[in-house]
Parts: sequence; C-alpha cells; structure tokens
Amino acid sequence: MAIHIIDRRLNPGGKSLENRQRFLRRAKSLVQGAVKKTSQERDIKDVLEGGEVSIPLDGMHEPRFRRQGGIRDMVLPGNKKFIEGDYLPRSGEGGGARDSGPGEGDSEDAFRFVLSRDEFVDLFLDDLELPDLAKRKIAETESEGSQRAGYTTSGSPANISISRTVRLALLRRVALRRPRKQEIEQLEAELSECEDEKRRAELMVTLDQLKAKAKRIPFIDPIDIRYRRFETVPKPVAQAVMFCLMDVSGSMSEHMKDLAKRFYMLLYVFLKRRYRHVEIVFIRHTDRAEEVDEHTFFYGPASGGTLVSSALQAMHDIVRERFSPSDWNIYAAQASDGDNSYSDGELAGLLLTEKILPVCQFFAYLEVGESGGSAFDLSDSALWSLYDRLRSGGAPLSMRKVSERSEIFPVFHDLFQRRGQQEKVAP
Amino acid sequence: MTGMTGLLFEGADWDFPTVQRIHDACEGVARSELGLDVYPNQIEVITAEQMLDAYSSVGMPLFYKHWSFGKHFAFHEASYRKGLMGLAYEIVINSSPCISYLMEENTATMQALVIAHAAFGHNHFFKNNYLFKQWTDADGILDYLDFAKNYVAHCEERHGRRAVERTLDAAHALMSHGIDRYPGKKKLDLRAEEKRAGQRRRHEEEVFNDLWRTVPSGPAKSAATLNVERRRKLLGLPQENLLYFLEKSAPRLQPWQRELLRIVRHIAQYFYPQSQTKVMNEGTATYVHYRIMSRLHEQGRISDGNFLEFLQSHTSVVFQPEFDDPRFSGFNPYALGFAMMQDIARIVTNPEQEDREWFPEIAGQGDVMGVLRDVWANYRDESFIGQFLSPRLMRHFRMFHLHDDPEERAGIRVDAIHDERGFRRMRRELARQHDVGFIDANIEVVDVDLAGDRRLLLHHHVVKGAQLNETDARRVLQHLADLWSYDVSLLEIDQSDKVMKEYVVSPRQAPAAA
Repeated sequence: MAIHIIDRRLNPGGKSLENRQRFLRRAKSLVQGAVKKTSQERDIKDVLEGGEVSIPLDGMHEPRFRRQGGIRDMVLPGNKKFIEGDYLPRSGEGGGARDSGPGEGDSEDAFRFVLSRDEFVDLFLDDLELPDLAKRKIAETESEGSQRAGYTTSGSPANISISRTVRLALLRRVALRRPRKQEIEQLEAELSECEDEKRRAELMVTLDQLKAKAKRIPFIDPIDIRYRRFETVPKPVAQAVMFCLMDVSGSMSEHMKDLAKRFYMLLYVFLKRRYRHVEIVFIRHTDRAEEVDEHTFFYGPASGGTLVSSALQAMHDIVRERFSPSDWNIYAAQASDGDNSYSDGELAGLLLTEKILPVCQFFAYLEVGESGGSAFDLSDSALWSLYDRLRSGGAPLSMRKVSERSEIFPVFHDLFQRRGQQEKVAP
Repeated sequence: MTGMTGLLFEGADWDFPTVQRIHDACEGVARSELGLDVYPNQIEVITAEQMLDAYSSVGMPLFYKHWSFGKHFAFHEASYRKGLMGLAYEIVINSSPCISYLMEENTATMQALVIAHAAFGHNHFFKNNYLFKQWTDADGILDYLDFAKNYVAHCEERHGRRAVERTLDAAHALMSHGIDRYPGKKKLDLRAEEKRAGQRRRHEEEVFNDLWRTVPSGPAKSAATLNVERRRKLLGLPQENLLYFLEKSAPRLQPWQRELLRIVRHIAQYFYPQSQTKVMNEGTATYVHYRIMSRLHEQGRISDGNFLEFLQSHTSVVFQPEFDDPRFSGFNPYALGFAMMQDIARIVTNPEQEDREWFPEIAGQGDVMGVLRDVWANYRDESFIGQFLSPRLMRHFRMFHLHDDPEERAGIRVDAIHDERGFRRMRRELARQHDVGFIDANIEVVDVDLAGDRRLLLHHHVVKGAQLNETDARRVLQHLADLWSYDVSLLEIDQSDKVMKEYVVSPRQAPAAA
C-alpha cells in the first residue's frame, strides 16, 4: 500500500496569522483597555517590551446553548467508603465530589494571551499625536538627501569604485591562476636562450598555453566592476523639539516625583516611537535649572527650593541658542506640584507670556498632587492660578491635575489625543 | 514484508527511512494479526508551531478565516508558552488518505507509538465505524474544506468582511444545533455538494433577468387557507436542526448567507461522530498501539529500553485519577476505552462465570479480533458502554453513582455503588453520560407565525430541571433572530408541559421594508 511521508516543517509558518489579526481587530477596544491597564501596573520602561495581557473573556464570548442546574447524575471512579444511600454534604468536604461543575461560574474568566512588542506598542500609542505640528517649511525647501550605502554591481560610470573593482579583479585573477606577466617573460627569455630542440618545443607549448589562458582570463572582467551605491534619505518633514521641565524641589514628595517621572516616561516612549525626528530636551529645576541627559532626568536625585522662572529661563536660552522658532515646532511639558515662591510668580508669568508661549505650539502643564489629595482641589496652587489666567487669555496651554498613578495614562492620553481640526485651539 | 528481524531503530533519533520502516512494521502487525482495514496513510512531520496552527483550526489542514480561530490560537499559544499545556503527539484527520501529523520533537519510540495509534488505530476506526460511514465523507472532506475556504474568501470580497463575519458568528453560535441526528436522506457526498453549489450559482447568473422584479405578482393566497398542520408540514416542522431550518426557510437571507450556513452545518455534521465516539475511538487506537508495540517488542524489533519508554507514555495516557484527586476531570476516554477493550479481549478468551452470565454471546467465543472489529464497527460510546461495561471493570474502577438533586436538603445521594444491586443502574447512567443526544439541550423549531408577525417559535424540552444558561441563551437567540430577521421566542418546557421560562428576542436591525 502506498504511504506518503511528507516533511511539512519547511512550510511557511504563521498560518494563523491572519486569524490572529482578525481577532485583534475585533477585540481592539478590549485589548486596548487591557494594554493600558497593564501599562499602569508595570514599570513604564517595560511597557515597550510587549507581553501578556488579559481581556475579559466575556467580550469575546462565543455563546452556545448550555444547560445548567437541575438534577445532576454522575458516575465517578475511586469509591473508597461510600455505600448506597449515603448522603454527602454539599460544601464539598465530602470528598470534593462537587467542585464547581462544568458550565458554572466560568463566564467571568479573563482570557490571557501574549501580544508581540509591536502589537503592544501600537495599541498602546494608537490615536495619539503631537498637536499642531505646523511648521513644515523645511520640508518644502530641502530635497531628499542621499548617503553612501555600500556597493552595487550596476550604476553610472561616474560612480565606479576603482579600488573595489581592482581588488575584486585581483582576487579573481589569483583564484583562477591567471599567468602573471613576469612568468611569461621569464619563459620567453628562457626560450630565446635555449638550444635544445626538444626543450624548446616544450617551452613553446607551455608558453602558448599560458598565453591562451591569460587571454581567456581578462585582467578586468565586467563582473569585477563595482559602483558606489547611494541611498536617498528623506529629510525630516517637520522638526520638533519637546522640552520636559520637571520640578524636583524639596516640596515634591516621592509620590509626586514618581507621578511626574511616569508622565515623562510615557511622553518619552511616545515621542521616540512615533516621531523619528523629535529632539527631546530635559530640564530639571529646583531654585536653579539645569539641562540634563535622560538618565539623570529620570534617575538622578536632587533637592532644593523652587523657582519656576529658572526653568523657563533655561528653556528660553536653549531655544534661542539651538532651536530657531522659525524652523522648529516647539513643545513643552511641565510637571510640578504647583508651589512657587511668591516673588517668582510675576517673573515666571512674564517669561511665559513674552518669551515662551509665543514660540510654542503647545504647552502642557501637569500638576501632581498627593495621592487621595482632596484638599488639593480646594485652593488652586500658585502656578495653577497663574496658568489658568494665561489660558483664559487664549494661550495654547493645557493643564491637568493628577494625584494617582492610575490617572497618569488617561491624562496623558487626553493631552495628546488626536484632535479634530476645529478644537485645536481649545485646551 | 522484508527484514522481519532486527531493531527498527536505536536510541531516540529517527529519520525518514526510520519512519518508513516503523510504518511498514506496524502495517505488518496491523493487517496480518489484527486484521485492520485502513485508508491509505499519509504521514506528515510538523513543528510545534504548526501543531499550534492546527489546533486553532480544529485540527484541519485548511479552514476558512475567522477571528474565533485566532482567539483559540492566542489562547493555546499563551498556555503553551507558559508551559501549562503540552502539545499532543499527533493529530489525525478522518480523510482518505488518512493524514497523521507527527511532531518533529517526538523520539523514535514516540513516532512508533503515534503511527500505531493514529495511522492504524484511529484510521481503522474512521473507516469502519458505522457513524463515520453514515455521516462523513472521508474522500471529499479536504476538497470541501478547500471549497469552503475559497467560498468564504470570495464572499468577503463581494459582500464585505463585516457582513460575512456577522453571518459566521451567528452560524457558529448555532453550530451545536446544526446537526441531523437521524439519517433520513442519502449519505453526505461533499464533492457533489461542492459541485451543486457552483451549479446553482451559475444557474442564477444565467437566468438572471431584472425584468422579473417588475412583473406584478398575483393576488396573495389567503394565509388563513393554510391551516396549521399544512404549514408545519410545508416548513418541515418540528425541526431540531436549526441551521438547516434557517438555511431553507429564513425569509430574508441572501443566497450567499444560506450557503455559509450550509458550510458551517456540514462541518458540524462532519465532527458529529467524533463527539459520539470519544471513548471508543481512543480506546480502539490505544488498544491497537498497545498490541502492535508489544508484538514488535516480542519480535525483537523494539529494544527493551525503548519499550520501557513506550510503557511510560502508555501508562500516563491511560491513567485514570480518582474522583478526589486534584487531577480528576471526569472519566479519561483513553483509560476507560482501553480498559474496556482489554476487558472484552479477556471475556472472549478467558471468561469467568459472571462474564458468562452477563455476556453470553461473546464469553469464551475465542476470536478476540473478530469480536472487537465487530464492536468497533457497530457501536458508539453510549451503546458500547451500555452493553460491554462489565461488573469486573466497574469494581476495578470502584465506580459509584451520585445523584445531586438541588431540592434534597440532606445533600448528594450515593445512588449506586459497585455492587450487585448497582451494576446495571450504574452502567445505564454512565452510558447516558456519554450520549451526546442527552448532553446537548433538546431545542427545536416548532412553529412560525406566518399570518402574523412572522415570529419564530422554539421549544426547549427541559430534562431533569436543567435550564439554559440565561446570558448565553440570550446571545445565541440574538444571533438566531438576526438570521431570521423577525422576532424569535423560546419557551422552556418541562416534562409536564409547564412553561418554565420564556425568551423573546428581536433582531438587531429592523427588517427593511420589502
């Protein structure tokens, strides 16, 4: 009888990929919710790693007619002591004969599965964007640039790479044992001096062979030729810079710092992932401000008094030095507990209205509070009332308060949600 | 058969010639000694990932696309990665040729076990059991699945993915009630089915004439003239195959939707015998692999060490935890099936007085394989257990019967144990537990209010007070109503014709004006 043995291991895998995508598409809102929930529990730097999420099975339920309850009969193995007519208590102590039967209480189960890194981050950052990315002047004036990218076998004669071509030709000649010129000359010399007829004939044959071979194997063959390759690289469509201003003064409690850092971590992940050409500037301040690298920003300890104007001044200086407002879209996100020394209020306000806000596309202010901070709502902090006043004056300013870890993502999402055209101005 | 001696393989490694040798050796034993009659074999070696793929499409090599398969895949994948779940060593498909998938990680011994189990045990069962003969078409299934896959893809192109998905969702929800339980018509011929679907589509396209739409129809017959009896007869009521009823009678379905329902229905029907013969199917395959492996060991073709490895896997497959064991989750079909096959072999060759009383037809009859082949061909789980479970085996498993009546305050009653008084009752009860007709809810379409609001009326005949799970029932009825396009009502009726509960569900989209 014929039997076929087939090796299927080399067949392309991922046969279920399309089904999986359909499933994710269908469960999008559920998965998105789960992803956001997971990201709150996890350290944000792990967020990018993707991983396991669980969504309520209920949402993806495939219903069937199922029966439940009623009188149940069952035959079980392993009787040890029961005799006919015994009664077993229902609680289950009677031997566990009745742990919850099938079809009971299984509807609330969560359904866990693993998302790949890309799937995770895509869902996580879906529908977020930088608002009002308007200054695209650069894109119009500058063409696509090109940069060297290795060698190719075809191209314009102008791009021939001589060194590479010669090297390859040499390699080929050596490999194919092309007779060298000296070798032939030497034989010819020997031939002209040689008297012995027999030896002469031998030499003539060898010489002919060598010459023929040298003819057959060209000095430079078309296959040796290499051209320098160039790749076109799209220039940035728009350049943007994000200033992250964080208050690290003594009045910020650990909890508040944690909230602020989480917020910036999200911002960082979001910008790095979504925009290839966004510069990020980290500024932290106490009563004086300093520009720091991201590691110091997120992990370095610092403490001191509070002067908000110092950070604003630093930002202003950096803008003037490196980011010409005519070329750059400028964004800023500030996190603070809202405390500022009274004397500084006016200066800060002035800096904002005169220098910062006019050049900014968008300025987000995040006020962090103690967890469960209800007192926090009673009176507005110094900064809050200042910014509130500015905002009512029509400045492109968004303000949010956060006091719980779980609020970070919603607030972040709220601030950077993709907006319709008409509400761009509204904070 | 050449080379009847010498080891088939050494150690754990194998290659394709080894698989061929193993197959030939197994075939020798299976045909000459066990007298098995099998479909041609096709053995395919696959990776773990491909096995997961196969899991998510109910083991079939090709299937139409649907999100629920993606869900199952995600689920299996997550539990496999966490190590919660091992993968099956094999999957076998009831088709001709009979396809067995072997995992590449299996050792040579495992491949031998799997080939004996799937390529001969299951294969013989598929080819000879009356349920499979009656309900499935092994020659046509792969072609039909191919047709189904293309048809669904074609529909998605023409009618949009959402619409197709909605129809399939609804059909899947009703899948367990899309089965003909009683053979009435001719045997299912999937090839002809596929051809017929194509012809019907072509015919529709050929005779399409938009003018017909404008021809005024004659005066409608008075609905009252159709009396109830006649109406029910016309609609083929009562009908327990809900998918069939919808396909034939739902007033507003598009032709392609009817075809989708038909596809789902055929696939459900194809799997129906498998759910009715779990114990027998696995019992047969396990018994066959045990016989083949033992014989090969006796012949010196499998070394002692490898045979021990086989025994280790075999015993873990047929392990039956007791009811108070944390691992217990009902009767293990492998354990019960294998034990019963061995027990039948014992009764046939070496009966005791008790066996002669209980099984006069087969006790001491002598021809083990003859009896077993007859059993494999002519029974399903319910009748198999009902007839062949012996008192000795009930004692061996120390079976007992619990009767759990929620009304009973004292608790759960032990109704019978493995003693003289209990044997017959317990056997009847265990047989019932394996009767699919008894496990599934008994729901049927009883009437349609054609004269009025076209409401579809269903009855659920409640047995032993087990009503439908309400949330699920509502969801399924919602799907049903969407397909029917008018209201659907379901009455739950107990044995004394008392209505216990009534559901009324309206379709999500109001029917557009005709």
